Amino acid sequence: MLADKDRIFTNLYGYQDFALKAAQARGDWDKTADLMKVGQDAIIEEVKASGLRGRGGAGFPTGMKWSFMPKTPTPERPNFLVINADESEPGSCKDREIIRHDPHKLIEGALIAGFAMRARAAYIYIRGEYIFEAKILEKAVAEAYSAGLLGKNAAKSGYDFDVFVHRGAGAYICGEETAMIESLEGKKGQPRLKPPFPAGAGLYGCPTTVNNVESIAVVPTILRRGAAWFKSFGRENNHGTKLFQISGHVEKPCVVEEEMGIPFRELIEKHCGGIRGGWDNLLAVIPGGSSVPLVPAAMMMDVPMDFDGCKAVGSGLGTAAVIVMDKSTDIVRAISRLSYFYKHESCGQCTPCREGTGWMWRVMEKMRTGNAEIGDIDTLYDVTKQVEGHTICALGDAAAWPIQGLIKHFRPEMERRINEAKGDNMLEAAE
Amino acid sequence: MADAVNIPDEAETRAKWSNFAFSKEYKARADMYIGRYPAGRQQSAVMALLDLAQRQVGEETHTQGWLPVPVIEYVASYLGMPYMRTYEVATFYTMYNLAPVGRYHVQVCGTTPCMLRGSDDILAACKSRGLVKGATTPDGMFTLNEVECMGNCASAPMVQINDDNYEDLDHGSMTAILKDLAEGKQPKIGTQLPGRHTVEPYGGATTLHAMVDKNHDYRGEY
Repeated sequence: MLADKDRIFTNLYGYQDFALKAAQARGDWDKTADLMKVGQDAIIEEVKASGLRGRGGAGFPTGMKWSFMPKTPTPERPNFLVINADESEPGSCKDREIIRHDPHKLIEGALIAGFAMRARAAYIYIRGEYIFEAKILEKAVAEAYSAGLLGKNAAKSGYDFDVFVHRGAGAYICGEETAMIESLEGKKGQPRLKPPFPAGAGLYGCPTTVNNVESIAVVPTILRRGAAWFKSFGRENNHGTKLFQISGHVEKPCVVEEEMGIPFRELIEKHCGGIRGGWDNLLAVIPGGSSVPLVPAAMMMDVPMDFDGCKAVGSGLGTAAVIVMDKSTDIVRAISRLSYFYKHESCGQCTPCREGTGWMWRVMEKMRTGNAEIGDIDTLYDVTKQVEGHTICALGDAAAWPIQGLIKHFRPEMERRINEAKGDNMLEAAE
Repeated sequence: MADAVNIPDEAETRAKWSNFAFSKEYKARADMYIGRYPAGRQQSAVMALLDLAQRQVGEETHTQGWLPVPVIEYVASYLGMPYMRTYEVATFYTMYNLAPVGRYHVQVCGTTPCMLRGSDDILAACKSRGLVKGATTPDGMFTLNEVECMGNCASAPMVQINDDNYEDLDHGSMTAILKDLAEGKQPKIGTQLPGRHTVEPYGGATTLHAMVDKNHDYRGEY
């Protein structure tokens, strides 16, 4: 198990104060200017060497993303850092803990990352429903300004840098990077076509990098302790520590920082008190938030919880939001509820998604009650394939994958319901 | 996409709200938000200003607040935006109420992680107190809605009532919260499980024990 001294988010549970003084006593903002003194390219190289992959779900190497930013921005066309705190993926609840309990790690990370990518300012886009968390973040940013850690000559580094908080207002789609940029510009959050990529033309048409909260908040610690330290955790290509969020049918749901690649069984046993009703009672797991396909119990037990480990069982690590379902779960309803979520959150821009998500949900509801034909399962699968890959952003894919996972692993259950409903009807007819 | 609500009769709302303007305090906050964006990019502040406007309407009506059409027009002209661009934003994001709501807007999360932990019971507790989904109680006290994932999955099921989250609910604690609010009392915010602090495993954290009692600095142990 990861030792406490190697945990980055030491105030994860908020037993101690979030404010600047307490954060400094825990090691935040300690000689930040010295970390920046090595220069922009050296910081990017160090982050690359640490093996940090983006914590927002896609797992793109963070250092490489930063290196796409122009090296000589002009005052008319500055670089921007946008920090994605629009945490809305069902199952995900890690950024909330960082923001309300350790916000200074994020703000210090924003300065360092912003400096490395030569950004003029960072916008932290926090989801609207995190009302309390946004208040804490605003307080922490104000504290950093009054202590001279942000603004002109931020943290005495000689670099001018601003951090602004921008609150969302309830739209899952704004977690998609180009939708987030649209929303920051004061528009509906509908994703843009790529290219141009945000690093070429993003916020206000200026070069922009969008990073997840966790990706940014771990950077100061990586620089302090060295890339080799961070890289010493986890398997090749899957390095570092990670906040896991376990919800659903475990004895004790929780958020916990662990080493990447910790086996699923160990994660649940050590921190969550096991599966409700014992391991034999485990039905299926969604290992990375609602957008990734579910994995049946037998396949899941010994999976290393990292990007490649989850990929190997046909799913993904996503945001490491582990949704556990025991045998009492109505699995078709659980997935159908996710279909409703995607129907509700589709931005309406692309026809396959706008129409498809509603259609898929209605058919999933039929599957739930069994009021369908066996052939409808194949039709449903076909439609998920017609939505997947045919939309501007990945919401269409995210709506399709949970259903595909259900059909792949629980088709017999779906057929059983249909047959049962038919059998009941025939009995009624006979009577 | 989310279902559209019935937008109240315009003549009536227009008569009531056509003189809406930010109060001194709200105006100061609005200008502070506008200052966060580059010159000429004040449209970026539209989300913040709509939120402020809704809150001010809330204070004036003793509810969570909503956005009558004249108020949206006011925000549009405040920012020099076309009305339609502002209206698009108000209708796109779910946190803007386009119809009046009650004193307390009870938003029960019903997405799968909460559903697995018993959000059905929470909705049942609301129902037995007379709350109906999508409607306001006759006394104007509660508006009930089922909402999508609120990001409190490790302390599910949860409800957000106006600005406050109540987590780790069950039928009993939800009933108690509604009772307290109806009686004008402030229930405990956050987790309802006795002894749980935030999102650590219930019964005691499995990690970071040294942090529980004092602000421990781990750097000496590197």
